[in-house]
Amino acid sequence: MSNWPILSVITFLPLVGALFILLIRGEEEIVNRNARQVALWTTVITFILSLALWAGFDRTTAEFQFVEKSEWIAGAINYHMGVDGITVLFVLLTTLLMPICILASWEAITVRVREYMIAFLVLETLMIGVFCALDLVLFYLFFEGGLIPMFLIIGIWGGPRKIYSAFKFFLYTLLGSVLMLIAMIYMYWEAGTTDIPTLMTHQFDPDIQKWLWLAFFASFAVKMPMWPVHTWLPDAHVEAPTAGSVVLAGILLKMGGYGFLRFSLPMFPLASEYFATLIFVLSVIAVVYTSLVALMQEDMKKLIAYSSVAHMGFVTIGIFTFNQQGLEGSIIQMLSHGIVSGALFLCVGVVYDRIHSREISRYGGLVNRMPKYAFIFMVFTMAAVALPGTSGFIGEFLILAGAYKVNTWVAFGAATGMVLGAAYMLWLYRRVIFGELVREDLKTILDLSRREIWVFAPLILIVVWMGVYPASFTEFLHVSVENLMAQHDAVVTAARALPVEVAVTEVAQ
Amino acid sequence: MTPALIPSLGPAVPEILLAVAAMALLMVGVFRGNGASNLVGWLSVAALGVAAVLTLGLPGERVLTFSNMFVVDGFARFVKVMVLMSSALAIIMSMNWLDRENINRFEYPLLVLLAALGMAMMVSANDLISLYVGLELQSLSLYVLAAIRRDSAVSTEAGIKYFVLGALASGMLLYGSSLIYGFTGTTNFDALATLFGREGYSASIGLIFGIVFLAAGLAFKVSAVPFHMWTPDVYEGAPTPVTAFFAVAPKIAALALFSRIVLGPFAEMIDQWRQIIVFLAIASMVLGAVAAIVQTNIKRLMAYSSIGHVGYALVGLAAGTEEGVRGLLIYLAIYLAMNVGAFICILAMRRKDGMTEEIRDLAGLAQTRPGMAAALAIFMFSLAGIPPLAGFFGKFYVFVAAVNAGLVGLAVIGVIASVIGAYYYLRIVKIMYFDEPAAEFEAPMSRELGIVVTAAAVFTVLFVLYPSPILDSAAVAAAALVP
Repeated sequence: MSNWPILSVITFLPLVGALFILLIRGEEEIVNRNARQVALWTTVITFILSLALWAGFDRTTAEFQFVEKSEWIAGAINYHMGVDGITVLFVLLTTLLMPICILASWEAITVRVREYMIAFLVLETLMIGVFCALDLVLFYLFFEGGLIPMFLIIGIWGGPRKIYSAFKFFLYTLLGSVLMLIAMIYMYWEAGTTDIPTLMTHQFDPDIQKWLWLAFFASFAVKMPMWPVHTWLPDAHVEAPTAGSVVLAGILLKMGGYGFLRFSLPMFPLASEYFATLIFVLSVIAVVYTSLVALMQEDMKKLIAYSSVAHMGFVTIGIFTFNQQGLEGSIIQMLSHGIVSGALFLCVGVVYDRIHSREISRYGGLVNRMPKYAFIFMVFTMAAVALPGTSGFIGEFLILAGAYKVNTWVAFGAATGMVLGAAYMLWLYRRVIFGELVREDLKTILDLSRREIWVFAPLILIVVWMGVYPASFTEFLHVSVENLMAQHDAVVTAARALPVEVAVTEVAQ
Repeated sequence: MTPALIPSLGPAVPEILLAVAAMALLMVGVFRGNGASNLVGWLSVAALGVAAVLTLGLPGERVLTFSNMFVVDGFARFVKVMVLMSSALAIIMSMNWLDRENINRFEYPLLVLLAALGMAMMVSANDLISLYVGLELQSLSLYVLAAIRRDSAVSTEAGIKYFVLGALASGMLLYGSSLIYGFTGTTNFDALATLFGREGYSASIGLIFGIVFLAAGLAFKVSAVPFHMWTPDVYEGAPTPVTAFFAVAPKIAALALFSRIVLGPFAEMIDQWRQIIVFLAIASMVLGAVAAIVQTNIKRLMAYSSIGHVGYALVGLAAGTEEGVRGLLIYLAIYLAMNVGAFICILAMRRKDGMTEEIRDLAGLAQTRPGMAAALAIFMFSLAGIPPLAGFFGKFYVFVAAVNAGLVGLAVIGVIASVIGAYYYLRIVKIMYFDEPAAEFEAPMSRELGIVVTAAAVFTVLFVLYPSPILDSAAVAAAALVP
């Protein structure tokens, strides 16, 4: 392994690209073209560099790897970066989706292209940073900083109700996060450090843990989003430009799940145990309720947005089963959902670019004019309904297996959601792709261009790869997840043993 | 020991320089008339700059002079440099503007100079009497500044309103001081501290009344709720560069004075004053956040914003610890940069038919003047406290202090208020970036303002990379105040 700070390079390279775009001068036409090119090449190079993580990652240890640490603020707060088995795949997911987002916006974004590309590159830096940060304050900076570019992306390039959605997104998320900030400050005071690996071994008082857990929950539940604080998501998704939706669904939502895995579980194990039932109830409601809501949607993007909430419900169930299948399943599910829902938003984007409508009833019979599109849309629909052989199946199956070990009813509720999921996705597919081609403007619609095929090709590849041979992904997770569980079990067992010991000593006296 | 006939002047050299400069420049102005306004202006800036350098050159340890009425320590140095810097910036901001508005009078920089002198005195006060003298010098200069546009009814009204309410506050402060003197027999801060620190000392009800009146007077000067009523009217009515000055330097000086009083002589009585400050902080944060939402005039909005920010700064003071003072000082330093930058942008809101102050006139600024829009957006996000901008760190350190002092509830209310407040800052960003362009503003800002605003924006964005200089010097300053 080389010594160069690869994580910092991957994280801040997009920022360098953004600075380049800022310096472009000239006619608007030239600026737009160059901005697109610079953004694409920056994200592609970032992705290629991040493949070094894939190659160089040691799959046999739960330690943080590629660690960088240097003094930052007043001794106590350090610039500390590193990845372990849980995060490395999220970093790769981010770097993979970004060039796809840039390509997807190639023709769709025609106004203020320069600012758009800058916003996306800054957002990439902040998102990668979230997954790499190993210091609470650093994490918070990246986590919250992401709101600014996303606010602008929704607000400037969004749909008709963009302003309402941008504000709702921003304020909702901010309110959750500031409570987390207070909890972080409390932890800093209590443990005397903001170093995440150190805090993971710090034992907080069980009563305090509950409050801290709730404060973190406020942030992650909104980000995730869990029922009933999910309402910002459909609005934000519907109004955001296509690439914005891809980033939202693909990466930003994963930060909530990542937060549970990185903070709630290892730092507050007792509170996590205590609140697991709450999580199960909320998640099952989310899975069933939002699936029913999705059935009734008339807007394609809204339907996929609600399906995201349902899929994230699976993830939270998996995380709080505290067993190997559940945890690994939830991580795989997050990765799979990142790819699949991103791809579905891109599919919607394809027809939206041509017809400028997201109404389901506006379409029908597309298979006659767009066979390639119909095929690609089908692949991702199948992945979304968790057909065996696709990535969605692996995640949901593992989660169901994990949930079944803990509570049959939770598994039952989640399984109901899977059935409903199949219903709304297949129905969506039927209404858009099959049927008679009656509308005039649809009769001249063009099939996918070469650029669009390039956008989808890598995604299809990964969906199938993850579905057929998931081992190449799960091998990253095993050791880290085992370690997480071992720590969790040790603490919980110790806490359960404690009252017994007290009772024994009392009896002995 | 008989007191020396002439007190040691060394510690007060910057103040003496300011006083002499003010008098000399007054002569220049009198003999050369308003044509010399710019000359007087630049000379005043130079005097403030030299005074700042001299302040930095003062010894780091605590020095008393003028019969223990005047103190210089690390805290005073840190705050004075901020006050002098922001006063100098206020003069630079105003020069071009006053020219164009045809009110470029040589008195203007002189009044700022005198106000800066008063503020420096306040920061160094070690006695209720020197406190009052400094405060009044500052306040009287500010009253005149608010009304400097004599032919404008709004500006005059702002001046009068400020004067009447300010006089009332001064009266309360004086009354409080007299009660304290009456019940303790001394006005000196050190003597008061020794007295209260004595074993088994319990405060009489008269003394408590004195503290309450003193706190009320000071709360007026920092415009903390419920003594904030003058702020929106004065901010709106005063000429914009004057508002910019009001929003920064006097606030910093008054908050520093507030900290020196409650943590110096009254440090032992923390239980008595903490509840007052906690209330002031909560009320200011909440009112500042809520009332700003409906404003349409940007100067009024900034007035409510400043009320809110005073609330956050008071959170640090309510902690009553060295850490809290450090948080307060960090907050003020960052607040200075953000506010100066934001007000320069407001100054540049000028159309052919004169100044405009309506928020909706900023519509589409991102397309007509992208640089200015980006700068203002940075300041707005930073004022809202969104990381990784500097404003976040200001809030972070006061909340750290509050949590460590056990005031978790206060911190929670604070962060929730900051979310409410984020709405109106975002609204400005929204108007600039999401709305369709309105009529374009006139020619870009002058070069010196361009430099200042760029510097402020760069500071706000890059503070995160290398925060140590400010954090460390604030820590040193706080250590000097809280032994």
